[in-house]
Amino acid sequence: MDDLVNISIGNAGVIALLGYLVVFLGLVLLMVVIMIMGKIMVAKAKKAQAAAAAEAPAAPAPVPKEPAPGTAGELKLYDTDPRDAAMIMAIVADTLGKPLNELRFKSIREVKDDEI
Amino acid sequence: MDILGTLQKLGMESGFAAFFLTDGGWKNLIMILISFGLLYLGIVKKFEPLLLCGIAFGCLLSNLSYFVGMGANALYHPELWEAFLDETSPYFHSYGHIMSNAGLLDFFYIGVKAGIYPSLIFLGVGAMTDFGPLLSNPKSLLLGAAAQLGVFVAFFGAVLLGFTGPEAASIGIIGGADGPTAIYLTTKLAPQLLGPIAIAAYSYMALIPLIQPPIMKLFTTDKMRKVKMEQTREVSKTEKIVFPIVVATFVILLLPSTAPLVGCLMLGNLFRECGVTDRLSDTSQNALMNIVTIFLATSVGATMVAQNFLNFNTIKIIVLGLCAFAISTIGGLVGGLVMYKTSGGRINPLIGSAGVSAVPMAARVAQDVGRKYNKTNFLLMHAMGPNVAGVIGSAIAAGFLLSVFGG
Repeated sequence: MDDLVNISIGNAGVIALLGYLVVFLGLVLLMVVIMIMGKIMVAKAKKAQAAAAAEAPAAPAPVPKEPAPGTAGELKLYDTDPRDAAMIMAIVADTLGKPLNELRFKSIREVKDDEI
Repeated sequence: MDILGTLQKLGMESGFAAFFLTDGGWKNLIMILISFGLLYLGIVKKFEPLLLCGIAFGCLLSNLSYFVGMGANALYHPELWEAFLDETSPYFHSYGHIMSNAGLLDFFYIGVKAGIYPSLIFLGVGAMTDFGPLLSNPKSLLLGAAAQLGVFVAFFGAVLLGFTGPEAASIGIIGGADGPTAIYLTTKLAPQLLGPIAIAAYSYMALIPLIQPPIMKLFTTDKMRKVKMEQTREVSKTEKIVFPIVVATFVILLLPSTAPLVGCLMLGNLFRECGVTDRLSDTSQNALMNIVTIFLATSVGATMVAQNFLNFNTIKIIVLGLCAFAISTIGGLVGGLVMYKTSGGRINPLIGSAGVSAVPMAARVAQDVGRKYNKTNFLLMHAMGPNVAGVIGSAIAAGFLLSVFGG
């Protein structure tokens, strides 16, 4: 124990190296676990989708709606006021220097300060 | 009644007299000025105000009320805690002795000493954190690991500067850019350094927008900074619910010393994601977090009594802390550069700098710097992956140091 309190420079170097390796090892293993988990979930979701598609009666394919000229496409808003959304889209279009009808906004979500 | 004698007694017992009559009383005056400076930084400059205001006021209170040899009315008694930690003292690890002699801030400090407040803060952080970006791009974990470089380089540097092993470990963890982890580890390994380490950790976290951009520019080219990253896949609700359970199980089994921090972080996240504990999630994120922040900040500030704080070690800690932060940023950027090369230029290396766990400040800095070079670039969600990976990484680094030096 005293060796660790009054630690030599050599021991400190070894501990520093070992510590960095342990952090890497821990997070690499965690990454593998998360990747496997993700693969399982994606596979399950695909299976469920396929099953749902097979069960559904054959319906005529929906005709994709052509966005009206001058619109920014279909937009989903989450916790965002439509007026704010309109302002954001206008600012983005202005910043990019492109007309709004050439842009497609998919969704706008408010990221709160305390939200990570 | 001896009015003159009473007035004389009142005068002699006052703090004004203590500045000049007690041993080192003038040092309290300096600490009071330092607390004013910290209050200025918190209130006017808005440097981590929620914590810095409490820390500064705790420092003010303890230095107004505690003078060497005049501790009867003190709110915080360093000598009680020295006896608590001294193996030869009859009061070694005696909370009874603390409780029967404590001032208000000593009572608050029991929560720090027992590791309760940092763990509860982690509960709140878990409830506020969306791990979705990490789940959609698990390789971000590598950047979170790479950005712990500063922890171990600063640890080594602190040993070179003459600190003991446990002290060096506590100083090194500043590089993790994670206040509660730094406080937790320091309380366990080197409580005498808690004041300067907490101040260094929170000050540098607030200064991330100044510290990181020059390093980011130094380690990347214009072409790299302009890289636009592809949108990552959507993460299902089930994945988000399973994630905290898997991480808690896996990390705690791997490093049991991380259990208080990782356990609380993941419990808070489970409250957030499971969908049936909204009230608990809300309490963890708001009411509980705010209450614990008050206790944590004031009691950490209280440890900044003049006799412990005003020495050359504090300056060394401040310098080492800055180096730790900068080197952690470099570590993350180097990790980002490796990923940029191996991915054929599809990953923007700037997101590596967010591997330090100052959430969400470091991710915002990556976003801002990226946008400066490519106005159509939105790196924020890509940077959040390494950012939250850094929280887990710094908890693992702290767990490692605790298992090595914690006895």
